[in-house]
Amino acid sequence: MDATILEAKQLVRTFGGGRTLFGREKPGVHAVREMELQVRRGETLGIVGESGCGKSTLARMLVGLDSPTSGDIYLEGAAMDTQSARQRHDLAKRIQYVFQDPVSSLNPRKTIRASLEAPMIHLLGLDRDARRRRLDELMDAVNLRPEFLDRYPHEFSGGQAQRIGIARALAAQPEILVLDEPVSALDVSVQAQVLNLLADLKDKYGLTYIFISHDLSVVEAVSDRVMVMYFGSVVELAESESLFRQPRHQYTKLLFDSVPLPGKRGVRGEDGLAELPDPLNPPKGCAFAPRCAEASQQCREAMPPLNPVVDIQHYTACYHPVGTGPQESQNTRDQ
Amino acid sequence: MSSYIAKRLLYAVPVLFGLTIIVFLIMAMIPGDPATAILGSYATPENVERLNRQLGLDKSLAEQYWIWLGNMLQGDFGRSYSLNRPVLDEVLERFGATLILAGSALLLCSILGLLAGVYSAVRQFGWGDRLITLFVLIGISLPSFWLGLLLILLFAVEWKLLPASGMYAIYGGGDLPDLIAHLTLPAITLSVVATGVIARLTRASMLEILRQDYIRTARAKGLGERRVIARHAFKSALVSVIPVIGIQAGFVLGGAVYIETVFQWPGIGRMLVQAIATRDILLVQGGVLIVAASYVLFNLLADVLQHKLDPRLKT
Amino acid sequence: MSGKQKNSGRPTAWRLFVNNRLALSGLVILSVIILLALLAPILPLASPDETAPAQRLIRPLGDGYLLGSDHLGRDLLSRLLWGTQVSIAVGLSATIVAAFFGSLIGLVAGYAGGKVDNSLMRGIDMVMAFPYILLALAIVAALGPGLMNALYAIAVVNIPFFARNIRGVTLGLARREFVDAARLSGKGHIRILLTEILPNVLPTIVITMSTTVGWMILETAGLSFLGLGAQPPQADLGSMLGEGRKLLFTAPHVSIIPGLMIFLLVMSINLMGDGIRDVLDPRLKSGALSRPMAKTEDARNITPGNRDQKTGTAMEVMNLRTEFQVGQEIYKAVGGVSFDLRPGECLGLVGESGSGKSVTAMSLLGLVPTPPGRIAGGEVRYEGEDLLGASLSRLQSLRGGKIAYVFQDPLSTLHPLFTVGDQICEAIRAHQPLGRAEAWKRAVELLNKVRIPNAERRAHDYPHQMSGGMRQRVGIAMALANDAEILVADEPTTALDVTVQAQVLKLLKELQRESDAALLFITHDFGVVSEICDRVAVMYAGRIVEVGSTDQILTRPAHPYTRKLIDCVPVMGRREKRLEAIAGLPPVVNRLPAGCAFADRCEAADDDCRKGELLLEEMSDRHAVRCRKAKEAA
Repeated sequence: MDATILEAKQLVRTFGGGRTLFGREKPGVHAVREMELQVRRGETLGIVGESGCGKSTLARMLVGLDSPTSGDIYLEGAAMDTQSARQRHDLAKRIQYVFQDPVSSLNPRKTIRASLEAPMIHLLGLDRDARRRRLDELMDAVNLRPEFLDRYPHEFSGGQAQRIGIARALAAQPEILVLDEPVSALDVSVQAQVLNLLADLKDKYGLTYIFISHDLSVVEAVSDRVMVMYFGSVVELAESESLFRQPRHQYTKLLFDSVPLPGKRGVRGEDGLAELPDPLNPPKGCAFAPRCAEASQQCREAMPPLNPVVDIQHYTACYHPVGTGPQESQNTRDQ
Repeated sequence: MSSYIAKRLLYAVPVLFGLTIIVFLIMAMIPGDPATAILGSYATPENVERLNRQLGLDKSLAEQYWIWLGNMLQGDFGRSYSLNRPVLDEVLERFGATLILAGSALLLCSILGLLAGVYSAVRQFGWGDRLITLFVLIGISLPSFWLGLLLILLFAVEWKLLPASGMYAIYGGGDLPDLIAHLTLPAITLSVVATGVIARLTRASMLEILRQDYIRTARAKGLGERRVIARHAFKSALVSVIPVIGIQAGFVLGGAVYIETVFQWPGIGRMLVQAIATRDILLVQGGVLIVAASYVLFNLLADVLQHKLDPRLKT
Repeated sequence: MSGKQKNSGRPTAWRLFVNNRLALSGLVILSVIILLALLAPILPLASPDETAPAQRLIRPLGDGYLLGSDHLGRDLLSRLLWGTQVSIAVGLSATIVAAFFGSLIGLVAGYAGGKVDNSLMRGIDMVMAFPYILLALAIVAALGPGLMNALYAIAVVNIPFFARNIRGVTLGLARREFVDAARLSGKGHIRILLTEILPNVLPTIVITMSTTVGWMILETAGLSFLGLGAQPPQADLGSMLGEGRKLLFTAPHVSIIPGLMIFLLVMSINLMGDGIRDVLDPRLKSGALSRPMAKTEDARNITPGNRDQKTGTAMEVMNLRTEFQVGQEIYKAVGGVSFDLRPGECLGLVGESGSGKSVTAMSLLGLVPTPPGRIAGGEVRYEGEDLLGASLSRLQSLRGGKIAYVFQDPLSTLHPLFTVGDQICEAIRAHQPLGRAEAWKRAVELLNKVRIPNAERRAHDYPHQMSGGMRQRVGIAMALANDAEILVADEPTTALDVTVQAQVLKLLKELQRESDAALLFITHDFGVVSEICDRVAVMYAGRIVEVGSTDQILTRPAHPYTRKLIDCVPVMGRREKRLEAIAGLPPVVNRLPAGCAFADRCEAADDDCRKGELLLEEMSDRHAVRCRKAKEAA
């Protein structure tokens, strides 16, 4: 159960950059800044973060839609080479992706059947009979009527389209699903249907999920472990229960305090502006330091490493973790 | 802003460079031996060879290009054999006339096109809109050279209101009213198609913009409808119409070829047609290059103007 | 907006085309011309090249010549038909050549992107740097005059046009998620280009072809007119016109007739091209291209006039009905909404997409776009006045004055070409007689008030230079510009990140408390509701199904929909094994069932729930519900 199935080491993705015609270095946007990732077989790893934190870039790299600027991704110990078409092909059989916008992820001029059959033909090489059986099975698995197969995407509601998106991801019989904000585009009443369906499918096929969302409540509801990202880096990683019981990173704390909850008043709004640092020119130290009340000199100078706090399974990249007492934070401030 | 203009000017250099390459290559495509073409089929082999050497045609294509380019940069566009005068002198003289014609046509079509387009959008589906739409449709379907002939028949032959051809009266002309009288028909003819295109695009982009959220915001602020249209919508429309006016400048400059032929306007277009007929290649080269270069500069102007209007383009 | 059109009864492309009278007339004219041109060899006509010096320059209708004869005595009708044939053939071939190469370049450039795109487009830019016809002239000058050479020249000159159009569309498509999905389905690049992208680009290619073919016919005719195209004895329409020009003063018909033919041909093609574009362009298909009026149309049967409104209310809405007409379908987006708004209170309007909450808000001051929207009934009262029937100038004096809006997405709702200071100034000066300098000062004050740091400098910023949170603050500053009594906020925090949302909510709450304005807050998020709202109205399928205090709604929801809506959302800190999903979908508002609209998704519903008209009935103190069962239980 705890075997690592997917792993990323020193993963970096920078957009743009390079050099100008005259050899001057152009600044690049640092979308993912050197991060580590380990996904265990059979778990649901939730990744949360606000816009600009790099979670979607990470997701695209994990499925091979984008290549890291540096660093490597390992699938069961073997390094992935997304440059090679052959490898991408093999990869697609094992890791699939569910898109945020279900309607836009289906070709408007193709029937659902054509969209669902594509991975069966190109990845699995199934013949006509096998495809038909598999189609029936898939439609049944995502609770859609088989006659929908010959319709076009615009005839479906968001929730139905997302089920089709999930069915397509499952068509290639992958082990891992990367779900990039799979319910954000859906209405709340439909959102629950899709989340429940995802839970059923996971049990049925023994899948591993990487579940990306900006919605903390949704992530808590589905995840075994949760990774919090800020400005291209992991700031906190813990068992879901531990994290939501006691967030350790100052940013995570702010994030949690900002979520408005039904039946409760008093979200904490910062007084300053909630602005991200310039992605073209990231700060030396902790990216959250400018917004953080606890920030010290050390925070601005060096990037805090991702280390366990209190609990061996609870990692955070903060020099002044929440709830570790003033003693400790005093010490670090003195250094 | 000035840094942007400088950057844009810098960017125009490779384009101009590319223009010369294309023109050079096209001229190099000419089948057969240019010397024979120039000297005629009765030329002696010695003469042909001498001319070939004179023209540098015994060298490689790249070398020929560099020599040609170098000469041009020094103002030496060669000599027109049919007119027996330097190409540059002839081209510049003719270019002035074309600029007057094309410039006034462009001004006319920009103003009329924008006005008609805005009016049409504001009165969508009204009578004015329908009438303008009809005129636009006719305008963009008319062969301009034919329209010119019709106008000559009507205004010059039937009603004798305006002169049929030329730029100035042969006797006693030469002042501004005379020029305007001669300019009226060709300028109108030349602007018809472009007016239609600009009007159509202005209408479409006004309609598109009037549906934008920020127009709703403007209304929700309590602004009067006139202000919403004249300030908020029109400025946005202008941003999308200006590049089209830039492109229309190309159509107008090109269309001048027909109109100058029809109205015997002493411009560069008519010169080109004659030069092609007499196979005066150097003259064609010079003429095409000058017009193309001026078009590049005009587009640069349109670009700068667009950047001035749209702050989003600055970053 | 609930203008989502299902496939039900959507007319076919052909029907749409034929319904367009202009396009149809274009098609008819073109067919006649083509038919005549094709039949030229069989029609009893003189040979087009047969000269008859004795029969020179005969006028039309004279002496056995229907259209007269030219300077060599050749039959003009015959020459016209043969010439038309040539012109159409050349124009069409040029179009096909240009479309093929142009589309190819566009597809490759748009799909490959990066360096390939860059170098291809630079090349195209070079060609486009020539004034259109001039390049064609240069090519003809090089190749020598002749019809085929003219064809090549025109085709080459038009390649950039196709390339740019197609590249634009392809670029947009290549970034769409379905292309990524195809890649993950194991398709290679060429297969994706041909089976995923091309089918979506095809309509654009057809549109571009149909709109350029007329143009190409014109241009080849032009080259022939200059003597650079068709060479005698071969003749197309352009060369006939060119020859006729020399006889303009003596025999105008020789040039006018071919010119007229070119005109008819090109116009019929253009008419048809426009028709084809309208049919294939999905944006036009929805009928959305009509311009929204400054005020929503008031299509109520009775106009109630002014009367006193309920005491203690800032605004009273009664039985408001707003509809959208799309084709024959009528969408009842708001089907009888009533609520009142008291000074200083915040009323939340909660619902899913399509529930009609935004349309309700926009209806208050006539901001629903007409067409397709219209007010079908009800009353909106402010100071006793019926706002739905108010004149445009009256509405304009209220909009942004006593009643102000804050919209959802601040990037699209602020004008991109004006500075934020300028836009706030404008809002101030629309309602207060202030000079520009004074208004600017006030604008900076407002920006300070919504806590934008460096307000003085930031006022000179354009919206795109600000972050989402800042833009929304600008939107709020604008709404506060004239001390509004009523603020309508349409999902003002939905587009924002959580931490930014927290700030904006806090700010809104403080400002509202300060100004004692009534706040109508539209949202779909019960968390946000409990943060800011005093009372809540829950909307479903265009109606309010339950209204009450925030506490009543959240702790004692009476309507099954409200209950389920609250339960189906996971709440942070309260992890559940399984979420309460609501089965099924909301009804479409153009086919609302009788009785309770929620009945089909409700476990407690029985046959009586699907009958008659249900009322929003008060159960206890200001807690009302539209449900039979809840009423019975109470």
